[in-house]
Amino acid sequence: MSYNADSRGYYGEFGGAFIPEMLYPNCEELRQNYVQVMQEDFFKKEFQQLLKDYVGRPTPLYFAERLSNKYNTKIYLKREDLCHTGAHKVNNTIGQILMAKRLGKNRIIAETGAGQHGVATATVCALMGLECVVYMGEIDIERQAPNVARMKMLGAEVRPAKSGSRTLKDATNEAIRDWINNPVDTHYIIGSVVGPHPYPDMVARFQSVISEEIKWQLKEKEGKENPDYVVACVGGGSNAAGAYYHFLDNPKVGIIAVEAAGKGIDSGESAATSALGKVGIIHGSKTLLMQTTDGQITEPYSISAGLDYPGVGPMHAHLFKSGRGEFISITDVDAMKAGLELSKLEGIIPAIESSHAFAILETRKFESDDVVVINLSGRGDKDLNTYIDYFKL
Amino acid sequence: MTNRISQKLQEDKKLLSIYFTAGYPSLNDTVSVIEGLEKNGVDMIEIGLPFSDPLADGPTIQESSTKALKNGMTTEVLFNQLKDIRKTVSIPLIIMGYFNPMLQYGVEAFCQKCQEIGIDGLIIPDLPVDVYNEEYKSIFEKHGLVNVFLITPQTSDERIRFIDSVSNGFIYMVSSASVTGAKSGFGDEQTQYFDRIAAMELKNPQIVGFGISNKETFIAATEKAKGAIIGSAFIKHLTAFGADKFDTFVNNIR
Repeated sequence: MSYNADSRGYYGEFGGAFIPEMLYPNCEELRQNYVQVMQEDFFKKEFQQLLKDYVGRPTPLYFAERLSNKYNTKIYLKREDLCHTGAHKVNNTIGQILMAKRLGKNRIIAETGAGQHGVATATVCALMGLECVVYMGEIDIERQAPNVARMKMLGAEVRPAKSGSRTLKDATNEAIRDWINNPVDTHYIIGSVVGPHPYPDMVARFQSVISEEIKWQLKEKEGKENPDYVVACVGGGSNAAGAYYHFLDNPKVGIIAVEAAGKGIDSGESAATSALGKVGIIHGSKTLLMQTTDGQITEPYSISAGLDYPGVGPMHAHLFKSGRGEFISITDVDAMKAGLELSKLEGIIPAIESSHAFAILETRKFESDDVVVINLSGRGDKDLNTYIDYFKL
Repeated sequence: MTNRISQKLQEDKKLLSIYFTAGYPSLNDTVSVIEGLEKNGVDMIEIGLPFSDPLADGPTIQESSTKALKNGMTTEVLFNQLKDIRKTVSIPLIIMGYFNPMLQYGVEAFCQKCQEIGIDGLIIPDLPVDVYNEEYKSIFEKHGLVNVFLITPQTSDERIRFIDSVSNGFIYMVSSASVTGAKSGFGDEQTQYFDRIAAMELKNPQIVGFGISNKETFIAATEKAKGAIIGSAFIKHLTAFGADKFDTFVNNIR
């Protein structure tokens, strides 16, 4: 069984491009070009150069000794938190801005929830001197003022999404509507492995640098390329897709996906899509999503804005359905505890998204000689206010 | 196929089609809006099944959809409201909605219900032509439903020919690269697009939608095409004047 997209953008039964005809030319132009462009020597060279000199790659693979001792297993952290702008998101925005330039686009749009992808997009637009419009839910704009300020400093225009629930899914709707209205000169940089084909596959390929590095770094440290487990948090699922990518076809590498249970799976305030979702269509993709019995998309909840998405990328829906991936959901409470623990044991304050991945160590037992790589997707600076309020610091 | 849509398309006149959101402004306005529109000489009606995330729609239809959902509109409620509609209404009725609610209802069950009620066709903007052809065409045909596809000024001639070949009613010509209700009036670009499509001599007639709000735009849109669809402008009328007086609205168009 293949765990990557087929030529039509399907992962098993999931994926595809369920888009209105108005978006067909935009997506088709990308679909016809993305693989070829990504394989061009000039493109690869420029992408790799920027990842090295601008993003700061390769990011370290760090053996977390104190954490390993506590849980009696060998834990490595893939330090995506050390990327420029503070998270893995920039790997994708660098790739997509080069793609946009290659396709002759001069205007960039993006959606953002907590603002991390918006900041990563505004950053690369500043780098390349392209116009940048970021859609952000009106409610998120209020909650994430520092990131709104960052985007403005970087020269982006932040447009509030005022429709629906005024959060990430509505910001995504607004970005898609903008793309319908501006089909010729605009490229839409989607921030995760979601949306219509070819986005999930294109974003996964740009993020696959994470697992590419893990392989040679682990070889240096452990004498073998493959870990026993790769663990990552999943909202839309881009850091996870990148961390799993080069291990998907090797059944000896366990894939662990960690979703946000919010206040508990049965609390009505959760974002655990694999547990609560049903097959449907969201943002042009057939995947698992949280919805009413009538097919209306519902609003998820998580303390972590980056995991607060009612769907999941089609790759992950397929990993869940096929049984290739082990899916675990973690509550706000357990994630916050794990974030504090990592800070105290290793001197690393993680993003709350990433804290979810660490929280499985309490309950998911590993053998003492297992090599477990946890993708530390982002740093916790952006979440300081949430940590302060939660722990009364 | 003999279907009310096919028959209507053969009439020797330019067709006026109206879109409205079911369950708007009030939950139980659906039937009276349909009856009122027919009484005032509208040729065809698109009944909007509201969706939480209408990607192709501008603010007017988004807001009417949000309100309709708050009012309690669901697929089941709509089918119940429409169950006796053919006792009073004889013009073609089309349900327009996004694919996810239909998928959750079950596509086969949805189509069967449409047939029982006397719905003539469906417009599903986010159901792509290739998926329709492979998975759903036989179901639609079994239940006598016309499926209407969209084309835009950006659609290539080759793709328009393909869409024409799989269509069996009319083609929905989106007038400009935009969401609904975004623009009013037509420029040179639209005129060129209308001319280009007319010159292709497609087998299916075309009905123009998006950007039509009054007599002037209706006449411009139907100069070459068979008819035109008004959506957002009618929703605004419903918002302002309620669900019972359509004579001035319709008379102002033709």
